[in-house]
Amino acid sequence: MERKIRVVMAKLGLDIHWRGVYLVSQFLKDAGMEVIYLGNKFPEQIVEAAIEEDADVVGLSTLGGNHLTLGPKVVTLLKEKGLDKVKVFMGGVIPPKHIPLLKQQGIYEVYGPDTPMDVIIKGISDSVTVH
Amino acid sequence: MADIDKLIRETLKGDKLAVSRLISVVERGHAQTPYILEKIYPHSGNAYYIGVTGPPGSGKSTTVDRLVKMLCSNNYSVGVIAVDPCSPFSGGALLGDRIRMNKRKSEWDVFFRSMSAGKIMGGLARTTKESSRILDASGKQIIVIETVGVGQSELDIAQATDTVVVILTPESGDNVQLMKAGLLEIADIFVVNKADRPGAENISMSIEAMLDRQRGKLEWRPPVLLTSASLGKGIEELYAEIWRHADYLRQDDKLKERRKSQLKGELKQRIESEIVNTLWQKIRDDADIDELVNDIWEQKIDPQSAAGKVVRRCLKD
Ligand SMILES: Nc1nc2c(ncn2[C@@H]2O[C@H](COP(=O)(O)OP(=O)(O)OP(=O)(O)O)[C@@H](O)[C@H]2O)c(=O)[nH]1
Ligand SMILES: [Mg+2]
Repeated sequence: MERKIRVVMAKLGLDIHWRGVYLVSQFLKDAGMEVIYLGNKFPEQIVEAAIEEDADVVGLSTLGGNHLTLGPKVVTLLKEKGLDKVKVFMGGVIPPKHIPLLKQQGIYEVYGPDTPMDVIIKGISDSVTVH
Repeated sequence: MADIDKLIRETLKGDKLAVSRLISVVERGHAQTPYILEKIYPHSGNAYYIGVTGPPGSGKSTTVDRLVKMLCSNNYSVGVIAVDPCSPFSGGALLGDRIRMNKRKSEWDVFFRSMSAGKIMGGLARTTKESSRILDASGKQIIVIETVGVGQSELDIAQATDTVVVILTPESGDNVQLMKAGLLEIADIFVVNKADRPGAENISMSIEAMLDRQRGKLEWRPPVLLTSASLGKGIEELYAEIWRHADYLRQDDKLKERRKSQLKGELKQRIESEIVNTLWQKIRDDADIDELVNDIWEQKIDPQSAAGKVVRRCLKD
């Protein structure tokens, strides 16, 4: 049975850096995924969408400032709602020293602005155990 | 089965997570789908179904967003299914940016699901019907279905909803005459959106003229409304007209008749696919298709006769 990976994509908080995340969304679509693009959202709304859309993956973009709090908050809220299996990815401008901190708090992977597209696509595909 | 039974139970109680999972299972045409539908069906049929369709970019999502907010503010619980086209190349899709654009009030009871139109098992008609029945059975009072009016989808939406809103724009202008008859025939309400742009009056007049020509034939004459969904203008009128149509349907069993005729269509479709599947199963077991292809290639038999022979033989035993 064909099983498309469903990805909810959002910009964290009031981040207005939209090109990056929209472009990534396009690439994921071209890789055969179903991408639900939300635009600017806060963690509560992102998790709400992940529930209703039965997402496998949540992708968050951030330009700075809020990632250390808002990113892990998405993970916590997902767990609270019983969505433990949903993988959370982050992308954007994130200082390298913050990456271990984010992963410790349950972020599955963090991609800098220069990450090649196929790395992101493969990372997402591999994170989802499709059965 | 235990898992599925639990999902069904929680769905009927309105649990969002269960509803969402169940829709996925059914959408993917999982082997348990018939069982799920059997259990869900007796609990459906309580919601009112609104369809919103029209050409790409006409403002369907913006209108749905406004309508859903009005419905929620009036204390209705609402389920939304938004179908978007998928990429013909990858099968992937980019869905979204609808009601979540703006903040939802926490007391609103709304469930929003995006779907891609492509490669759905058994077609769009099947999945929108089945998903909306799940939402219906989960306790949603209003179901709103958005699809782009291209190809077959507008007929599908007419087959699945009680009130169909067709949204056009001033840009549809001169094309109204040429416009696909399908879109015009299914409308219970016409909306000319983007009325903040020039040409809206014109298109509205040409729709009225078209309706005039059918005077006498129409028991319900679809109203033609002007809206600017992005500015929130005309939405209250649209809301009122939807309920006026609903009231109209509720007289003299019209709603019942409409739904029964939809069920008849659905039953026919399902019988057809049941026949095809059952026969194919048998044919695959019985006949050697490759051998037949050889015979056809060598012109021992023509394709039509070969097909007839296979099916008749299969039906005999
Ligand atoms: N000027 C004007 N623009 C509008 C109006 N309503 C919607 N739009 C804009 O038209 C564009 C398309 O709106 P959508 O609501 O996404 O249209 P849609 O019919 O759902 O589009 P698809 O689902 O892609 O077919 C957006 O940029 C809207 O902001 C309106 O009343 N006036
Ligand atoms: Mg739309």
